Amino acid sequence: MDVATWSSYLASALRLAAPLLLAGLGVLFMSRSGILNIGMEGMMLIGALAGVVGASYSGNAWGGLATACLAGACLGALFGFLVITTGADQVIIGTAVNLLGLGLTTVFGRSLLGMGTETVKVDSFPIIRIPLLADIPLIGPALFEQNALTYMALLLVPAAGMLLYKANWGLAVRAVGENPLATDTLGVKVHRVRYACCLLGGVLAGAAGSALSLGILNQFTENMVAGRGFIALSAVIFGRWTPSGTMFASLLFGGAEAMQLRFHWVHVPYQFMLMLPYVLTMAALAWFSGRTKQPAATGIPYKSAANRNG
Amino acid sequence: MTHTKIREDTTSANAPILETRNLVKRFGSFMANDHLNLTIRTGEIHAILGENGAGKSTLMNMLAGLLEPDEGEISYRGKPVRFRSPRHAMEAGIGMVHQHFMLIPALTVAENVMIGLKNGRGPWFRHAKACADIRRLSESFGLDVDPSAKVGELSVGQQQRVEIVKTLYRGADFIILDEPTAVLTPPETEELFRVLRALREQGKTIVFISHKLNEVESLCDRVSVLRSGKLVASAPMKSTDAAELARLMVGRDIVPPAPRPVPAKSEPVLEVRELSLRRNNAALLQRVCLAVGEGEIVGIAGVDGNGQRELCEAIMGLSADSAMEGEIRIRGSVVPRPKPKTMTELGVGYIPEDRQQDGLVLPMSIGENLILKQFRSKRFNRLFTLKRSRIREAAEAAVREFKIKTPTADHPAGKLSGGNQQKVILARELMQRPKVLIAMQPTRGMDVGAAEYVHRRLLEERERGCGILLVSTELEEVFALSDRIAVIYKGRIAETVDRAEANVDTIGLRMAGL
Repeated sequence: MDVATWSSYLASALRLAAPLLLAGLGVLFMSRSGILNIGMEGMMLIGALAGVVGASYSGNAWGGLATACLAGACLGALFGFLVITTGADQVIIGTAVNLLGLGLTTVFGRSLLGMGTETVKVDSFPIIRIPLLADIPLIGPALFEQNALTYMALLLVPAAGMLLYKANWGLAVRAVGENPLATDTLGVKVHRVRYACCLLGGVLAGAAGSALSLGILNQFTENMVAGRGFIALSAVIFGRWTPSGTMFASLLFGGAEAMQLRFHWVHVPYQFMLMLPYVLTMAALAWFSGRTKQPAATGIPYKSAANRNG
Repeated sequence: MTHTKIREDTTSANAPILETRNLVKRFGSFMANDHLNLTIRTGEIHAILGENGAGKSTLMNMLAGLLEPDEGEISYRGKPVRFRSPRHAMEAGIGMVHQHFMLIPALTVAENVMIGLKNGRGPWFRHAKACADIRRLSESFGLDVDPSAKVGELSVGQQQRVEIVKTLYRGADFIILDEPTAVLTPPETEELFRVLRALREQGKTIVFISHKLNEVESLCDRVSVLRSGKLVASAPMKSTDAAELARLMVGRDIVPPAPRPVPAKSEPVLEVRELSLRRNNAALLQRVCLAVGEGEIVGIAGVDGNGQRELCEAIMGLSADSAMEGEIRIRGSVVPRPKPKTMTELGVGYIPEDRQQDGLVLPMSIGENLILKQFRSKRFNRLFTLKRSRIREAAEAAVREFKIKTPTADHPAGKLSGGNQQKVILARELMQRPKVLIAMQPTRGMDVGAAEYVHRRLLEERERGCGILLVSTELEEVFALSDRIAVIYKGRIAETVDRAEANVDTIGLRMAGL
């Protein structure tokens, strides 16, 4: 295989990694505050549809992104209300959000975008070519000729790292995810921190959805997320609950997906290639989930200290 | 920084800093604090003594803002206060070091101290600056703490110092310590006392919750005794003594266990031969040999972490390690592959070290915990269903017999106080009428009255013919109960001596490896 093939493989790997990375960062913030977001899949799906609807009404992809982020924030707030304020089981609520996402996007997708065979094509994120750097052989086009959202996703990784590890707020997030009671006794408003993480997670879920519908496919199709929400979840585990780890895991999973699109070996049935990202996810989880420790308070609702009895 | 801020000191050395008036806290119909009138004076170390369930922790949780009083008033520095959260208490200057530490093992010392605070301007957390501040503060109080260390990698004694630094950093000058010595070794306790005295020198007020009378006697200036939610006495330490305090706490005289005849030599009911255990290339147990006869108590003394836990878990078949060598015999016959179920069926009872982690299922009721080892028996089981009324009867009987303090027999075990949780475990294990009983730290964290009760029950079991392996870090306890004594040090047991021949000093030296 020649350099051009490899170059285009790398480019598409990165492009396919972007939605995983955005969603992964969303899951990451929620996880670090002790909230397990099984519902990422549904949130992304709603974000994907909102992105297309927003883009078709506003006429440009940025309007779509804003709509998707807003829809994601609303879902994040709803999720937060259910699991933080009412203390509902996070796995059940997450599953419900997935079902809600699938149902809502099917109904509204058909009513807003039509049921015909002709799908609504919308404005997509512009490809930004960075001069000179994009001329580097092999990696140039892959790294420096991408759509705007992919750059954004990559830039969010150091930003998330700064926020989590260098800011006071990040310390509060990590503390809440490990031991909310101890954090509460130190004067941190546990629920407020968790709500903020849910909102942030929702916004990133929306962006991830629109990265899929406006950055890769330029259209909305039913159930188009196809498990990527769960893959993002495992990217966080695989990445040991760190932003950079999540990025590398996303790139790995994105690479597997691109392989399935780009390479067709005659003697390997294509169904096996389709399975690749999912098999890789399972293998990564089986190998890694026992070795890393998730935030200790994951999945446990917190009742404030003063309201508990004894 | 808050800790350098000098408060206006209008109070003279012995003026009250905190007073409670008719303070009441109820949990359901249970009166945890019954019209308490307590006065704490500025700059003193004030001990709060009381048995388990006497209401010490409830009272302290109200002072620290974790619970709100139902009735009555707390006044602090002359003004009535009402703390709706620990933050409000902290802002007023009241800090608490909880019995179960409020630390986050995954974070560094500096991060733990700084949670919820700002250091410097802007949103950024400056780790290096925080470390420097904390080092300066801890040195000024003689506290040895490495701010950049991860809390999970520190010893229990060091973690406790982090908790103290946390309250000091937030400007606390009224510090509550809830049973601080329960988890410490004797040298760590000495170190803690040194720190507490240094804090008193600098004008801090300290409330020290304990039920170890000798500690209270050597450390505290004043002492208040709680019993069944009521304040029964409050006096300067000088005007009272340990015997009187014990009587006040329990409400009657404590009778030391009577001398008892040496058991006749009999076939050992439990025998351990050449037991070795390795984990990650570390030898946790090295060729341990032990024998416990019928009606005999063998005490194992030793500083925590010298292989006691591993020994007991290996005997019970809880040790998952395949790297185990040696032989375990129950009543003369070898147990080829010890498993908890096999050991239970062979009549081995087990009181684990960590009662909340290994001893009980906290959300389950007293009755459910009680039948955990017998729920398959006909007594509690019909085909596939549990006999609820039988279970309740058993629970009620246990509550009566073991004097478990609980609102109802259906109460979840997790809501009982530590000592009462231990009684549930004791009730469960003794219900089986064991031939062998392995008791690890059976009275850890318990007050005099409850510990005495546990001791009496263990001696009764011995009378009945049960062989007991008693593991304790409290030398006094080992001497009070054992017929023979062994010392475990770095996974080795040198020899077992009769109590009559044992000498506290030589045993103490062996515990230190000399």
